[in-house]
Amino acid sequence: MAMEGKDIEALIRAAFPQAQITVTDTAGDGNHWAAEVIDESFRGMNRVQQQRAVYASLKGRMDGPQGELHALALTTKVPE
Amino acid sequence: MSAKDQIQQTIEANDVVLYMKGSKMMPQCGFSSRVAGVLNYMGVDYLDVDVLADPEVRQGIKDFSDWPTIPQLYVKGEFVGGCDIVTEMTLSGELDTLFDQKGVGYNKEAADKIREANA
Repeated sequence: MAMEGKDIEALIRAAFPQAQITVTDTAGDGNHWAAEVIDESFRGMNRVQQQRAVYASLKGRMDGPQGELHALALTTKVPE
Repeated sequence: MSAKDQIQQTIEANDVVLYMKGSKMMPQCGFSSRVAGVLNYMGVDYLDVDVLADPEVRQGIKDFSDWPTIPQLYVKGEFVGGCDIVTEMTLSGELDTLFDQKGVGYNKEAADKIREANA
């Protein structure tokens, strides 16, 4: 089952309520997504830690052959 | 040997290791292809491990780094990141700095060319 952009955003939003989140369908096929997450909580974390936190919010949907999210490009930033 | 021990041994025995889908000459996924392409172009000497060849390694590498996606780049035994992080680091020059610090050889001109082409 493929996921919709609003589902992806809702999952990330639940973990990062104050974040600026932009989800884009990069291929227009509902299967290749990009998400940019800008959140104060990332301050002091390196990129691996930031992205690990976002992956954790997706609760396993990236995992395994049955993962609903086939492709999600992530960008994480601290607010300017 | 467990998948975890096997991975630990591999990343300790090789300065640069890319866990990917497919091989460096024939990647099987766009994200793996992008990272392998950067390393190939920069002339980095690295070991490619095809996770599609071994289900235990495919799951094992995700557990090992607590990172749910492939590809995964390791330099001198340390997890550097996946496709998005390696791409950002290539464009910002941080990957050059990391290689310099860790004593990994690469072609600086090629790295600059990648940045010029994506400026």
